[in-house]
Parts: sequence; C-alpha cells; structure tokens
Amino acid sequence: MTPLLDIKGLKVHFQTDDGMVRAVDGVDIAINRGETVSIVGESGCGKTVTAMTVLKLIAMPPGRIVAGQVLFEGHDLVPLPAEDMRAIRSKQIAIVFQEPMTSLNPVYTVGEQIAETIRQHEGMSKRAAMTRAAEMLALVQIPNAHKRVSDYPHQFSGGMRQRVMIAMALSCNPKLLIADEPTTALDVTIQAQILELLNEMKQRLGMAVLLITHAMGVVAETAQRVIVMYAGKVVEEATVEALFATPRHPYTQGLIRSIPRIDLAATQHVRLEAIPGSVPSLLNPPVGCRFAARCRYVMPECRTAEPLLVEKAPGHKAACIL
Amino acid sequence: MAQYILRRLLIAIPSLLGISVILFTVLALAPGDPFEELATNPAIPPDVRAALRASLGIDDPVHIRYFRWLTAMLQGNWGFSFVSRVDVDQLILQRLPATLLVIGTSQILALAIALPVGVFAATRPYSVFDQVANTLAFIGFSLPTFFTGLLMILLFSVTLGWLPFVYRTDIDATGWRWWWEHLRQTIMPVLVLGLFQGASWTRFVRSAVLDVIRLDHVTTARSKGLPESRVTMRHVVRNALIPVVTLVALQMPAVFGGAIVTEQIFRIPGIGSLLISAILANDTPVIMAVTFVFACLVIFFNLLADVLYGWLDPRISYS
Repeated sequence: MTPLLDIKGLKVHFQTDDGMVRAVDGVDIAINRGETVSIVGESGCGKTVTAMTVLKLIAMPPGRIVAGQVLFEGHDLVPLPAEDMRAIRSKQIAIVFQEPMTSLNPVYTVGEQIAETIRQHEGMSKRAAMTRAAEMLALVQIPNAHKRVSDYPHQFSGGMRQRVMIAMALSCNPKLLIADEPTTALDVTIQAQILELLNEMKQRLGMAVLLITHAMGVVAETAQRVIVMYAGKVVEEATVEALFATPRHPYTQGLIRSIPRIDLAATQHVRLEAIPGSVPSLLNPPVGCRFAARCRYVMPECRTAEPLLVEKAPGHKAACIL
Repeated sequence: MAQYILRRLLIAIPSLLGISVILFTVLALAPGDPFEELATNPAIPPDVRAALRASLGIDDPVHIRYFRWLTAMLQGNWGFSFVSRVDVDQLILQRLPATLLVIGTSQILALAIALPVGVFAATRPYSVFDQVANTLAFIGFSLPTFFTGLLMILLFSVTLGWLPFVYRTDIDATGWRWWWEHLRQTIMPVLVLGLFQGASWTRFVRSAVLDVIRLDHVTTARSKGLPESRVTMRHVVRNALIPVVTLVALQMPAVFGGAIVTEQIFRIPGIGSLLISAILANDTPVIMAVTFVFACLVIFFNLLADVLYGWLDPRISYS
C-alpha cells in the first residue's frame, strides 16, 4: 500500500547573508492513512520547515527545495504549479500553527474565516458556509457555537482560538492534518485539552495526523510512530513503545532522560539531566555525525563518516554506528 | 457609538474656545492696524477717523473685543471684512469651492497613486519596481510644492505655453469650452499637490503593507488555499488600511495648510489666498474666521479618524 504522504530525500535550504542554511538536509518520512506520526526535536532541527514544505508555505526565496520529493497519494507536490497547490491546501492537507494568538486575522469574525475556507473548496453559498462553520465550532466543543461564530478572534482565549484553528483546518475534511506545535503556546491544562480534542477528531474523522512537537510527553500521549530529527536530519524512527523502551540513538536517549519526572525529583533529589552543548550551525554542518560533539559515546569514526539511517530492529531505524 | 461621537463633540467645545482665545490674543498683540491705510489718507479728517474707530470698537480692551466677537460668532454673525466690505461668511463661501475642488481632486489623485503603487511595491520588496517607486517617492516628497509648482509653470506655461498659469473663476465661455478651460487650469495645482501627497503616502502604504504581510495570519490565509490576489486584498491590504486611513484623515488639515502655498503660486482664489491677503491687510475678522474654520477642520478630521479606526478595527470599541 502506498503511504498517504511520502517525503523522500527532502532538502530545503535557505539563502541568508551569512551563506546557505541547510535547514532540512535529506529527510525521509512516510505517513499512512489514518496514522498519527510525530516529529520531535529541539528548536531549529528543521521539523517546522519540513511541515511547511509539504504545503509549500515556506517563503521562496529565500527558501528553496533543493532535492527530494513530497509524494501525496503518489503524486509529487514539489513541481506542482501554484494553482494546483491551492486545491491541495486545506482540502487535502490542512495545517494548524503554533501561535493561536496571531494565526487568525483580527478584522474578521471566526465564522467568516472558517466559511472562507469552506467556500474556497466546496463552492457553497455564504449562508450555507456560515452554518457549516457554526457546526465545525460545535464539533470542536466551543460552547454556544452558533452565537460565537460571529465573534472576533480577540473575544476568544488562546485555547479557544486554537480550537477555532482546528475547526478551520478540519472544515473541508482533509486527509492529512499537520499540527505544528499546536500546544506550545498554551497553558499546561489547556495543552491536555487540545491534545485530547485532536485525538477525538482523528477518531471521528479518520484523517492522518502529522504532529510536530518538542515535548516528549506530547509524543507519548498521541502518536503511534515517532520520528526524531536532529540538525536537519532524521536520526531515529520507531513506534512509540519501542522508542521509549529501547531508544537507539544517543540523542533520543538524551531527550528521554531530560523529561522531568516528578516522582524522582521529590523522593530521590535526582537532578534533571540535560544534553550538553548546543545544536551545530546549519551553515556549515560538521563532517560525520552531526551529534558527535554532544554525544557521550562518541568514537573517532563518528567524526569522519556520516552514519546512515538503518533498520536496527523490525520497524526501528536509527542513524548511529552503535 | 452615537454617544461616543456626542462626547467627543462636547469635548471639542472647550478646545475650540481655547483656540479662539489664543488666536484672538495673538492677533491683538500683532503689530499693524486695519486703519493704517486710512491713517495716511489725508482726505479723511481725524475726527471722522476717530468716530469710525469708536463705532467699530477697535480701541476697546482685548477681552471686551473677544467677548463681542464670541457672542456675534455664536449668533452666526461671522463679522464684516474691513477691506472687502463684505460679510466674512459670504467671503469664505465664495472662496471655498475653488479650494475644495483643487484639494479634493489632488487627494483623490494622491490616493489613486499611493494605494496601488504602495501595495504592489510591498508585495515585491526590493524588486526593481519597488526600488524605482521608492526612489521616485523619496524625490517626490523631498521637493516642496512651491518649487515643483514654479518648475511646472516655467515648463508648461512659460516655455511650452500649454497651460495657463493663473487660475480664473471668471472664464467667459459656456458648455464644453468652460469645462475644458477649467480642466486646463486645474491640472497643474492638482498635480503639484497630488504628487507631493501621493509620494509620502506611497511610502506609508508600503511600510503598512510590509508590516502586515509578514504576520502569521497571512500564512494561515495561504494555507487555506486562497488565491494570492485574495490573500493580498482581504488579509493584507484590509488590515494595512487601518493605519493608512487614520494617517490620511489626520493629515487632511495639514493638507489644507499646505494648499495655502500652492494657492498662492497658481493664484487660485481659494480660502488660502484669502487668508494670506487678509493677514497682509490686517483684516482681523477674516483672519479670525479662516483660522477658526481650519481649527474646526482639525477637530473634525481627528474625530473622523477615531470613528474610522473603530469601524475598521473590531478590537476597538467605543462603549
């Protein structure tokens, strides 16, 4: 079976005054229908750029897709003309952004903004689209939806706005929902509610979800499969269970060790572990393994040859010579 | 909303009173006397002159003259011009159409240039079009209107002889010819004012659009699959209009002020040239009335800017 989305050897570079930044440098990701896949990694590892590239929402220039394919249902989106790309956006692949406070246009009501998406793709009348928008708001559990549909974004809280964004993204029944750190800007209690909502929507509507996050806790709660990115590359890929049970890559091990654990902190006064050092510059990435400078198991050959992403166990890939 | 406007209008009353006090005091302190001309005229005997001064109350103390002016003004009596011997309100009404025609047309021209050029340049920052537009705008608003006005007169009236350089209200023609003559004499002042204003607004529109174009909600609009033209018009320009409309409304009184210079150059018998000649002739009632009209314009356009702001931006409420 062909995957719903199949990213192959994707390289996205950005031209800056200092030189070429290799934000995404050869990434392979496959997502099946109805599956939830999570991309984790720290800031600047290329996870957001990867997601934005799927919908071709990165600014070009300075950005440029240097190599690779983005196959959606077997068709490559990279060479697609702008007009055909617009038909994909929201209708086939929808996206929810990190910042609900700024992602909605302040001068239109939330109903108008949801209806705009519906009208663009479904060719509905204004009134029918507004009714559908109210239904969508009710679906994402916004109380009093038929009234709130004519409220402006500033009349909603951050969590409610993110619900509006999710309603907008799901309004045309997309096959794939990309959620780019949808809970990062929210309070912890609201984060849990939004994740729960995403899970529920997925169960009801059956779309695939690509969840981008830097929080390992979010991964554990929602995803079936996890892709760990570091400095523009995929370093590990596994099911959630396998990744937390037997992390293969030292970077993943570090990420899991750096999850705060309230039981250990309270009873044994264990200090939270951090990964030493910082992400290498993507202007001139180091030769060999990009994690070598921060790795506790580093060996001489790590600095000469770049380890390839290979299958270490069935369905469990890692890019490490260990 | 109506309540807000009413409140603002009530607040305007003390400011207008304050403005009139300052204007009146400054004019009273200024050297010169409307009767200077008569004083040097040997045909008028001194006792007649004194009787005339007494009847007009020119030698009374300032505050008494001010209250006399104020009560007359409140009753709708704008005074009597010493020089033209016509009622001031009539004089202003006579001069206003020419000013409104020239300023109105030039502002429309300015907006017709600034909006499309500014938006187009901002959507393609640092492109050739943007660079050329920026340079021309910079030149346009660096050159004062009195300079470009004279330059145009020199070129189109003196050298080429295409356009008249004196604006006339008494064109002795009818039908199409009257319109044609009118158009010919309006072209230069409208161009001078409109291009100057358009140049500075172009830069403003460009920066306002650039501020919006990088915002997250524009990416959201694109992610919805909207055509680029719709993204630009509905999600960029609509939002960028908020500061632009405010600036345009707030600048309107300044435009009237700037038009005074242009009216002098092209000899347009408008309200600006009325003010200048009144100042030169020490015609106090006219100066008071015209400056007071300008003060009312400032207050009116400030209110208009606030109301428009609330209408364009739903985040602002006046309750």
